[in-house]
Amino acid sequence: MSKKTPLYDQHLKSKALIVDFSGWQMPLHYGSQIQEHHAVRNRVGLFDVSHMGVVTITGKDTVGYLRFLLANDVAKLKNTGDALYSCMLNENGGVIDDLIAYRFSESHFKLVINAGCREKDVAWMQLQAKNFSVQLKLRDDLCLLALQGPDAIAMLENIFDKNIAEKIAQLKPFQFYDVTPTPTTIARTGYTGESGVEMMLPTQAAIAIWEKCIALGIQPCGLGARDTLRLEAGLNLYGADMNENTSPLISNLSWTVSFRDEAREFIGKKALLKEKQNGLSQQLVGLILEDKGILRNHQKIKINNNSVGEITSGGFSPTLNKSIAFARIPMTTAEKVLVERRGEWLSAKIVKPKFI
Amino acid sequence: MSDFPRELHYTESHEWVRLESDDTVVIGITDHAQHELGDLVFVELPETNDVLEKGDEMAVVESVKTAADVYAPISGKIVEINVQLESRPQLINEDAYGNGWICRIKPDNLDELDELLNADQYEKTISEEH
Repeated sequence: MSKKTPLYDQHLKSKALIVDFSGWQMPLHYGSQIQEHHAVRNRVGLFDVSHMGVVTITGKDTVGYLRFLLANDVAKLKNTGDALYSCMLNENGGVIDDLIAYRFSESHFKLVINAGCREKDVAWMQLQAKNFSVQLKLRDDLCLLALQGPDAIAMLENIFDKNIAEKIAQLKPFQFYDVTPTPTTIARTGYTGESGVEMMLPTQAAIAIWEKCIALGIQPCGLGARDTLRLEAGLNLYGADMNENTSPLISNLSWTVSFRDEAREFIGKKALLKEKQNGLSQQLVGLILEDKGILRNHQKIKINNNSVGEITSGGFSPTLNKSIAFARIPMTTAEKVLVERRGEWLSAKIVKPKFI
Repeated sequence: MSDFPRELHYTESHEWVRLESDDTVVIGITDHAQHELGDLVFVELPETNDVLEKGDEMAVVESVKTAADVYAPISGKIVEINVQLESRPQLINEDAYGNGWICRIKPDNLDELDELLNADQYEKTISEEH
């Protein structure tokens, strides 16, 4: 059964092309994906990402539990209103999901997880919770909206009360503001490489804010633009760029794994330490296509006539007007690779996986 | 909504064909096809003087979403290509039946046009796909 977010009717009103994404009926675009992409890079755009899951963790062992569950260390979050990005690993160091953890208090966190991982994540979290005094709850009562772009923060004054908009404007990236008593959380996070906010809020409030934004002339943006924006920004997509068989260390996510507190045990730590000790065999790099064509997921890669890997995420970059990709290849001193597109081998330059 | 000009011939693989007064045919992809593909970002054109059999792969159109083959709707020789598409593939989105044309063919046998679909038949094919 295909699921819909509470904003489905709003998408139809804005003439969305609806597609299935991880079992959800989601907007791919509202006419032109490229126009939506440029709106976010140059001005502001609005996304419904309510298909993603919100899990509330409460209880006296919350911090201890999350320090065990996640590869990044939530002990870094000293204050209410701090958030961090982390992978959740299996024992082999493979990535079960990537997520953002929000600290409301020592005994209350929220995790935002990928739509396609909801069920398996919650099952895994429950399994790992057995030695901790914590309660987990998947929150189907909350919607997620993202307002992204260079004008996003200024635009908040037209959407929220002035004092709330000012508080949000003062936040640093990965800080959030909780509008009490309403369960509305506004975080300086995003998946586009631009300034902006992601908001967790109850259904009725989400619909009201969506309609207010549309009335203000803000461009609604679909999953298509979300994908090209995150690719340009060098942000990984779960399931494409990393999965349960790839570790963060070969997924350009080493920076998200915290080994700083040597006494901290976390799931997957032993496997990652062993992988580091043995030397990393692979890496996730960026590619810019030099020949004509478009790079696509799963296209094969050769270096010096040897097959070495494949593209994990590829597409067209509207900002650069070129085709770009992430690819997993061995450690190499080569500066270029060949990519197979429709039976022909095209030249692509290896770059850091961040394009803007 | 998609548009189906009466004067064109169509294929089940979403090409359109327009007979010109000099007995050449102009070929493109339909408005329905461009809509399904989304924003086009690359077009691989055939070369002038290429000789094609009906059904041969003739061009590739790539959108933000996917790549699609364009097949020769009729046998013949390519006499002109729309080089504008190399720098402006979005012309197909903007004007699929006009500035978004792909190539012009000198057909071997104009009778092959009779094997193609008319506007009503094409529209019916699409509605059955959905």
